[in-house]
Amino acid sequence: MPAVKAPTSLRRLFDEIGTVDQVGIEERVAKFTTRSLKKKSKVFGLRLAVSMVDLTTLEGKDTPGKVASLCQKALRPHDIGDIPPTAAVCVYPAMVKHAKKHVGGTSVKIASVATAFPSGQAPLKTRLAEVHAAVNDGADEIDMVINRGAFLSGEFGRMQDEIAAVVEACGQSTLKVILEVSELETYDHIRAASFLAMRVIRPGDFIKTSTGKTSSNATLGNNQVMLEAIRDHFLATGVPIAMKPAGGIRTAKQALHFLIAVKETLGDDWLNNGRYRFGASALLNDLVRQLEKERTGAYQAPWNFSEATEGY
Amino acid sequence: MPKTTSKTNPARELVFGDLWEYDPAPETADPKLKQRYDLFINGAFVAPKKGSYFATINPANETKIADIALADAADVNSACIAAQKAFVSVWGKMPGKERGKYLYRIARLLQDHAREFAIAETLDGGKAIKESRDFDIPMAAAHFFYHAGWADKLEHLAPGRKVAPHGVVGQVIPWNFPLLMLAWKIAPALAAGNCVVLKPAETTSITALKFGEICQEAGLPNGVVNIVSGAAETGAAVISHPLTTKVAFTGSTEVGKSIMRSLAGTDKKMTLELGGKAANIVFDDAPLDQAVEGIVNGIFFNQGHVCCAGSRLLVQESVADEVLAKLKRRIAVLRVGDPMDKNTDLGAINSREQLAKITDLAKSGVTEGAEKYDTGCKLPAKGFFFRPTIFTNVSMSHRIAREEIFGPVLSILTFRTPEEALEKANNTPYGLSAGVWTDKGSRILKMSAQLKAGVVWANTYNKFDPTSPFGGFKESGFGREGGKQGLLDYLSVV
Repeated sequence: MPAVKAPTSLRRLFDEIGTVDQVGIEERVAKFTTRSLKKKSKVFGLRLAVSMVDLTTLEGKDTPGKVASLCQKALRPHDIGDIPPTAAVCVYPAMVKHAKKHVGGTSVKIASVATAFPSGQAPLKTRLAEVHAAVNDGADEIDMVINRGAFLSGEFGRMQDEIAAVVEACGQSTLKVILEVSELETYDHIRAASFLAMRVIRPGDFIKTSTGKTSSNATLGNNQVMLEAIRDHFLATGVPIAMKPAGGIRTAKQALHFLIAVKETLGDDWLNNGRYRFGASALLNDLVRQLEKERTGAYQAPWNFSEATEGY
Repeated sequence: MPKTTSKTNPARELVFGDLWEYDPAPETADPKLKQRYDLFINGAFVAPKKGSYFATINPANETKIADIALADAADVNSACIAAQKAFVSVWGKMPGKERGKYLYRIARLLQDHAREFAIAETLDGGKAIKESRDFDIPMAAAHFFYHAGWADKLEHLAPGRKVAPHGVVGQVIPWNFPLLMLAWKIAPALAAGNCVVLKPAETTSITALKFGEICQEAGLPNGVVNIVSGAAETGAAVISHPLTTKVAFTGSTEVGKSIMRSLAGTDKKMTLELGGKAANIVFDDAPLDQAVEGIVNGIFFNQGHVCCAGSRLLVQESVADEVLAKLKRRIAVLRVGDPMDKNTDLGAINSREQLAKITDLAKSGVTEGAEKYDTGCKLPAKGFFFRPTIFTNVSMSHRIAREEIFGPVLSILTFRTPEEALEKANNTPYGLSAGVWTDKGSRILKMSAQLKAGVVWANTYNKFDPTSPFGGFKESGFGREGGKQGLLDYLSVV
């Protein structure tokens, strides 16, 4: 890792990266929701979204059996048709070895949250040990949480050093850095945290909106702030960073709006699951429902698609 | 293994290609148009006395939509007499509370017929359907709702004094927001107790005449609203008619000046809303992505057919390159084409004449030494279209920095200090609007106090609301529309 000198104040960082106007950016993203996708372009978008899903279960009651059925769902989202597999399954570290049995060697990656997810409030040593354990068990991707306490108290150096330590612990595994945007609250904070994270991660690593465990999660607004940060970072350094909104994206329509934002902000190079993911569980079934509607011309009976992720 | 699987792009440019193209998404509902539109006089559609009609075409494909009645001075005379009669016998003495009910009814009917009106507007004028659907028609209804609320509260406009309507008001409106400009004119006039003779623009008469149908449906007393379609002579007849005691005109400065000359010596009241060459001023501390969004809204909204369009971008020299790069990237994803497609951002130019004017001014920009950039996007084979265009290296003496283009053409100038920005912004015969982009609140206040413009937007652009007065300084006209100030222009304070 190149030695990165952390800015000493948020104000100095904004002088460098610029600020975000809340009203303006929300106006911009409202325009994405007026795009109208028909026929082939709709099917393309829906299939693309399926291929970008990190199919997630993060519950206290997760069992090897539940993870097994989640993995099968990820590999084959629907019994008929040619719907592609999802990008990954996302589980707690204890479940990685169980997921490995089902998706190991397939195109579906194993992502594991680590670093005392979702709060991150554990000693760094403990967090790193968790990352090591997940990687050793076979996690292809690690979803870490940033130290929001460090960010909000202005200890940017500490926040970045911790991310850098996790990068090292990841070894060959891809890293996704969760900013937990609802706890950062303002768009300015989200932009600042995005830059701080991007400066210490590798090309192809992700920044991610949320844990899905707080009141508000991914929105088009904070997705846009992060996409624009990725764009500015890429244009300045040539380093492409990937993006993962997570939590709260439940419908196919929402997912398409997020993808339109990607298409019109970062362009074609980000329209693949190496550069963009959805952290979601219920979303997959709505995508499948809409694809089946496009394929057959009619909505299928509701019992064909379980509303609850328990049904996967 | 991110390090090996992801390639860094040495060119460091984003690719806005065709990996995921949007399929056509045309709006297909029936706008319920007639083959032939007569004049709306005294509550009925009547043929013009001389029996002349002119064709109105769809600027997106140059096909004829309908025949529109051409009103001459005799037709205008009938309309004015009908209006005068309605004013004396019904409308002028009706309690405000009752007048308000009609206005509310018109507003609700516009909402009921919103889709039909949006499609008609796009068909006849060429603007993108998403704009007529999401802006023009809802905003037109909003103006009727707002003024309906004023109808029984007029005495609060001038506390301690009495107000009275003028009588018959002659109104001439432009083609850029046909129904919305009608609403801006008719709603306050009716709320104040006036009766109206309105002439829509020659190229966009359909929604105005459809509005006649709304008046019928609302049961508005005969003669309160009269719509006389036609060309410049029709407008002149409306304005010079002895019964019109107040005239309101929105359009070009050139025509506005000739109206002023023709009314000199009469005691007619007058409000004019004319051209503009607004400065959109971006300081180095502005949130640049949102400023770019505002620049795009400012100049490419409605194909730039906006009198308050932010057609001169003044950007602080230290961020000029960055703003330009962001702007180019942003306009790369603007979609130009069939206005009826829901994904179209820029529709058709309103008429062949306007396209010729825009083309001519853009040419002058090149010959006078400015640097032209456009997206090079594909344009439809038929119809009137113009690519989003930006000019850099523009100086204050260029025609494109001085004349109103009324099209999707942006002239970019730079400045170094706030004083220089003010000087350049105010160095124009116009003064309709301006925009200021900065993170510094005090600078917004200082600039807005010193900019000679009727509207100054801060960290946004092209925002409209019925409660907010709109109007110009200098050659951009006088009088206000919207809000309390706009309503007062339709009353005499006694």
